[in-house]
Amino acid sequence: MTCSLFHPGLLLIFSGLLIPFIHGFKRTLFILIIPCLSLLSLWSMSFGSDCSIQYLDYELILINLDSLSRLFITVFAIAVFTAGLFCCKQASSTELSAAYVYAGGAMSVVLAGDLISLFIFWELMALASTLLIWSAQNEKSYKAGMRYISIHLLGGVILMCGIAGYVYETNSIAFTHMQLNSISTWLILCGFLLNAGAPPLTAWLADAYPEASYSGMVFLSAFTTKTAVYVLLRGFPGTELLIYIGLFMIFYGIIYALLENDIRRILGYSIINQVGFMVCGIGIGTEMALNGTAAHAFTHIIYKALLLMSAGSVLYMTGKRKCTELGGLVQSMPLTAICGIVGALAISSFPLTSGFISKSMITQASIDEHVLWIWLLLQAASAGVFLHAGIKFPWFVFFQKDSGLRPTDPPINMKISMVFFAVICILIGIFPNILYNILPYNVNYQPYTVAHTITQLQLLLFSGLAFFIMLPLMKRTLTISLDFDWFYRYLAPILAKIVVNYLLNAQQLVNKFLISLKSSLSFDDKLDYQLSIGKSVGLIIFFFSILLLYFVVL
Amino acid sequence: MISSQLPALQVVLPLAAAPLCILFHNRTFAWLLMVFVSLASFGISCALFNQVLAENAITYAMGGWVAPWGIEYYIDKLTTYMLLIVNGIAVLVSLGARESVENEISSDRIYLFYTAFLLNLTGLLGVIITGDAFNLFVFIEIASLSSYAIISLGKDKRCLYAAFRYLVYGTVGASFILISVGLLYVVTGTLNIADLSQQLVNAENTATITTAFVFFVIGIAIKAAIFPMHLWLPDAYTYSPSIVSTFLAGTTTKVFIYVLIRFIYSLYGYEFSFFHESFDNLLMIAACGAILYGSYRAIKQDSLKRLLAYSSIAQIGYMILGIALITELGLAASLIHIFNHAFIKVGLFLAVTAIIYSYGTDSIERLAGMAKTSPFTFVLFLISGLSIIGVPLTSGFISKWYLIKASLEAGYWGLIVIIVFSSVLAIIYIGRVIETAYFKPEATNTASFNNKKMPHLLFLSLFIFCFINIYLGIETSLNVDMAFQIAHELINK
Repeated sequence: MTCSLFHPGLLLIFSGLLIPFIHGFKRTLFILIIPCLSLLSLWSMSFGSDCSIQYLDYELILINLDSLSRLFITVFAIAVFTAGLFCCKQASSTELSAAYVYAGGAMSVVLAGDLISLFIFWELMALASTLLIWSAQNEKSYKAGMRYISIHLLGGVILMCGIAGYVYETNSIAFTHMQLNSISTWLILCGFLLNAGAPPLTAWLADAYPEASYSGMVFLSAFTTKTAVYVLLRGFPGTELLIYIGLFMIFYGIIYALLENDIRRILGYSIINQVGFMVCGIGIGTEMALNGTAAHAFTHIIYKALLLMSAGSVLYMTGKRKCTELGGLVQSMPLTAICGIVGALAISSFPLTSGFISKSMITQASIDEHVLWIWLLLQAASAGVFLHAGIKFPWFVFFQKDSGLRPTDPPINMKISMVFFAVICILIGIFPNILYNILPYNVNYQPYTVAHTITQLQLLLFSGLAFFIMLPLMKRTLTISLDFDWFYRYLAPILAKIVVNYLLNAQQLVNKFLISLKSSLSFDDKLDYQLSIGKSVGLIIFFFSILLLYFVVL
Repeated sequence: MISSQLPALQVVLPLAAAPLCILFHNRTFAWLLMVFVSLASFGISCALFNQVLAENAITYAMGGWVAPWGIEYYIDKLTTYMLLIVNGIAVLVSLGARESVENEISSDRIYLFYTAFLLNLTGLLGVIITGDAFNLFVFIEIASLSSYAIISLGKDKRCLYAAFRYLVYGTVGASFILISVGLLYVVTGTLNIADLSQQLVNAENTATITTAFVFFVIGIAIKAAIFPMHLWLPDAYTYSPSIVSTFLAGTTTKVFIYVLIRFIYSLYGYEFSFFHESFDNLLMIAACGAILYGSYRAIKQDSLKRLLAYSSIAQIGYMILGIALITELGLAASLIHIFNHAFIKVGLFLAVTAIIYSYGTDSIERLAGMAKTSPFTFVLFLISGLSIIGVPLTSGFISKWYLIKASLEAGYWGLIVIIVFSSVLAIIYIGRVIETAYFKPEATNTASFNNKKMPHLLFLSLFIFCFINIYLGIETSLNVDMAFQIAHELINK
């Protein structure tokens, strides 16, 4: 094993395992320094492959650094740092430990140069994120974690099958651009897409994430879907199918977010919606679109974390998370409200925020490719995003009616981390070149043209107008909207019960039949002197005669 | 001089030590003798291993009677591979056995336990090392009779039924093997395995030989607990003293799978065994059935030992699957899994032994929250558990990886789905234990537990097993290279 420098991901994983043994102020210091260290070691590395390990007959490459992976790891490190700061005093050691291992796993996936190490860290992420959900420590989070892990294990199984087939077919484990020309690459694509929250198994995200603790969801929002975006960017750029999947996710997210009452579930659906933009960008596949996707992943991690920290602060201070129970908090929580609004503006890609400069690259790419209908849909979706996340979230939480709650702003570390991200959102919005310079391809794009800015402003203002005109329709009541997970949460158990009952009845019939024949066949649980002899010998003779008949007579 | 007598010593040493245990009638002495003998036996197998590496294959004529008249011991790479597994497990298990045995077996019978244990070891080593078909049957009987005895030594009365059921099955199985050997003797007039395989090529009476083959397959399927002939296994593992389950789970079934490989490749020959085109298909169906059935039943058990027993049935399925692929890679994968699984399963059973020693129960429900009171036991259980699931960087992953590769090479996509699906089932049954021990709140009536601390030697041997599990997952050259060489030699013979 040769490693010239610290592996940023492994550094986080190992320090994550150490967190439970450190307490008090030292723990705070520790969790803040580690992400900085990994960022430092990342930027001191040069592009290329490093850290190769001989495993089985293959050479695993733990570090394969280029501008794309550097971009993702940079934003991951920033997100870990800020989310760590956000909850450095309040969160339990289990939660922080799981979160750091999870983040380290995500970084290692991004750095992995081969499919085997990618898979190893992929599964580590799934396990650590489940622990993160469970560390909210209540009955709901326990069940949600169970559903989450089963879906992700299913994804892991699909991915593993695909990787095994791919390695067998190509005899190489290198993770490069793949063609959709065999079962194995299709399986790999499915495995990747499952983590991105693509249909039909989309519901896991909005089902599981909101059950994590107020700080856990900040971590969760950043990594799983974004690593999926990264591996899709690397493995399947320009796959046309992804455009349709992306568009589906965009509108799915918008519709469900509009129907939802729970603020954190709204934000969960809006993750799917935003990832939809990225998947769509990957599907378009031009340099511009890929740049836009990478940039959007970068900015999205930051403003989504900002929104979730704002929502998390509200949850932490009030213990409430339903639109119907909240409202009018702007007076007592001004800072939280301002940060939440900045995040909301960024997600709706308001000019001078980070969302504006990244999402417009994707829409621009669709114009460049001369596919008008995609552009139209993306524009319509932008308006929809403003509706569900840009206005709905701040309006119902901070304005609207007075709910009578008078919480103060959260503790100082939470405030600092929110302000930090709010500043980044605006900074990138004003000086887009900070981000453009570290994108994988050269950028020849100027977001702030007059036409574009005005179009976007008009779009946003009119959808804002629409929101307030239709406000009575937007008012949420305490309802539950049905999603695909209804099939496996409610329908499947019922079906299973029916099938099991049916089988039990059938088994009883068979048993009666067998007993009437005085057969020696039955199950292997009863301990009985008589049965032991009769059943055993009978069974042996039965199989023996079958085999003998099979071989000798036939 | 002594080095040329090593093959005989390998079997004679434990055989001679067994009566000593009875003569001295002292349980500490018996344990020390057991540890000493298994260590010496392990040393012998290492020496044999070195010899085989240098000379390729050793034949040893017992008592100076040359084969095919006398009994011949035949040692090649496959033999030493198996000897190392069995002896290695014997050393580590006997090292940690003392306190647990004193806890679970009434004290006036402990010396009998060690006697039977040594005899069982003798039988297993003899089965592996002998080159004579009838001698093989004799050693099978020694191993089986002694295992019926040690299973029935437990304090739990149900172990008598379990042992009795095992006895019925085992006796039928052994007599089937005997009938098979007898039929072969009728056709060829010889009992030496190497000689038999030569005579069989020229023999014409195929119906008799086929019948012999069928008798053999059923006999060995019972002995190796190949689905659907596994019915004796869950009870035998559940109700016997836990050290006994530990040792049997690691060795007995593997040794009989070794016999299956030996007969298929060295005695009947590769072409004959699979000339009925669907014998490999039959094996494959049995293997898939075993994998799915075993994993499925394991999920629903409350008793940890029973859970592991069903998981063993599933894992035996993997080994058979590798053989059924009839490729070099498949055979190698099967051999690798025999090696890895032996150490994984013994690691798990030893952890259960420690749990039973501390809490007097192996019911999963009653283990709620126990990970806090005995953290080491559960961490070590977790490591072996991850290995049986097949998590990368553990030995279980290596064998599954090669199995998947072999199935792909043979063109069976469906098998991969079964293998991976059963890994998911393994996650569920291991996960259930871990979840109960770590995440469920502690039960209130823990006063009934005797709550003894894990003995140091048991901890040591448990630790070594976990270390081996991790080591074999990272540095694979030890067993993988060997398995590939063996598979190459067997197929291209």
